[in-house]
Amino acid sequence: MDFWNYLEYAAWAGSALFAVLIIADWIKTDSTYSEEVLTSSREGELEAITEQHKL
Amino acid sequence: MAEVSKAAQKVGLLRVLGPAHVWALGVGIVLVGEYMGWNFGVGKGGAYAALIACWFAGVLYTCVAMIDSEVTSTVAAAGGQYTQAKHIVGPLMAFNVGLYLVFAYTMLEAANAWTVGFLVQTVGGLAGHEGTLNDDPFIVLAIMFLAWLNYRGVLATLTFNLVITAFAFVAIILLFLMTAPLTAPGLLQHADLMSGQAALPYGWLGILAAMHFGLWYYLGIEGTTQAAEEVRSPARSLPFGTLAGIMTLVIAATLTWYVSVGLMPWEYLGTAGTPLFDAARLSGSSLLVWLLGIGTLFATLASANGCINDASRAWFSMGRDHYLPSWFGAVHPRYRTPYRAIIFLVPIALLFALKLPLDQIITFSILSGLLGYTFMPLNMILFRRKWPLDSIKRGYVHPFHPIPAILLLALCAVTYFAVFLGYGTQLVAMVGFYIVASLWFHLWRYRFVNRGAQFTMPWPRPKGY
Repeated sequence: MDFWNYLEYAAWAGSALFAVLIIADWIKTDSTYSEEVLTSSREGELEAITEQHKL
Repeated sequence: MAEVSKAAQKVGLLRVLGPAHVWALGVGIVLVGEYMGWNFGVGKGGAYAALIACWFAGVLYTCVAMIDSEVTSTVAAAGGQYTQAKHIVGPLMAFNVGLYLVFAYTMLEAANAWTVGFLVQTVGGLAGHEGTLNDDPFIVLAIMFLAWLNYRGVLATLTFNLVITAFAFVAIILLFLMTAPLTAPGLLQHADLMSGQAALPYGWLGILAAMHFGLWYYLGIEGTTQAAEEVRSPARSLPFGTLAGIMTLVIAATLTWYVSVGLMPWEYLGTAGTPLFDAARLSGSSLLVWLLGIGTLFATLASANGCINDASRAWFSMGRDHYLPSWFGAVHPRYRTPYRAIIFLVPIALLFALKLPLDQIITFSILSGLLGYTFMPLNMILFRRKWPLDSIKRGYVHPFHPIPAILLLALCAVTYFAVFLGYGTQLVAMVGFYIVASLWFHLWRYRFVNRGAQFTMPWPRPKGY
């Protein structure tokens, strides 16, 4: 076992940590907000308000 | 009050980015191509062939950048070319372009993660580690860390990209300055390394074969369009960031070629895994070795990071329009990112990176990109025809239309031929896959699309309709 072997274990641990952080937040978000809110984004809404595309 | 309450319950992507972030997204995805990959063109046709391929592809991508800048400054929505195709050409084209984007970026992300593993493995070997270091944990870590960063917010993601991309670009400039004849006389040996048989070892056919790898210098600059829904001023920032990006890349590509072919014979350079790092080692400067070593890692991470950003925006946009299940069209209420699209693409990238051979991943990524470039000139011609200059306000109007579109189409045809010479089976397999996917979309999926809701730009009716 040398430094590089420990680095391998550290990389696995870091990967698991990021996976847990993402999945935990994903579950929390999906259980906190309704599907209607989460999928409420609509393309071009801001432009429809601010720009009329007239010369 | 009812209006305010309704608005408060809506979540969308955040407009927080500036032109520097657009530059970092485009150049960040591409710059790894200067650090590795382009040099296989030298192996195909020698140093001059690689230079001709570099400038040939430079013209192709300048056309891409100009066309994209004009259309995207008007279609300021996530999805980039997918959204352009939806508004300008039609649903089937949009579905295909969306798939090209997702596959091109996800496979490129996987190739970058694989490269991170390879770099750590190489450094481990150089540092005295006995035996072969397992690269899997570093591949997985690179993908998981960057996915987490993308999940948490676009501003932090692309600010990170800006810093590491700028570092990698400055490293190339410093390599040139510290090896140039003025500062290191006699170090670069262009005359000796590029004369006689070495000039064009395989003649004109070698130049054609090198074209395929000329794309490496710029592949991915069109990714700037995916930031369209998250930049503060799309009409200004997108053209500015994209055109500054292509200028940066032409400079970086030419300097990379100049230094590398002046230090290494074409036979070696044509097979080198990390040509710029090798050039730094040959310069004799330990500072350059460190700079280019870190630059290689940063360029690789920046590319993977930008690819996650772009692939997820394309997937998200298709979900939002119900081209895919609408579940993918969700935005995180706090971080304002397309979090489900980001999560969904993680296992796919891991699968590509851990299970498929690198050359196959890269080839399929390039082929998907090339199919996308073929769409662009057709898109541009239709855009100008349906919405002439006096009908829609554009943030940027590209000059000499339709010459760039026709030039791009002609250059794509040449590149298809070059790709067919080396990867004919993959090209046919890829086209077959997209035909099957198109049939699925046409015969099944399109019934779920809300046809009226997908065209959201407040544009006038197209000319002739």
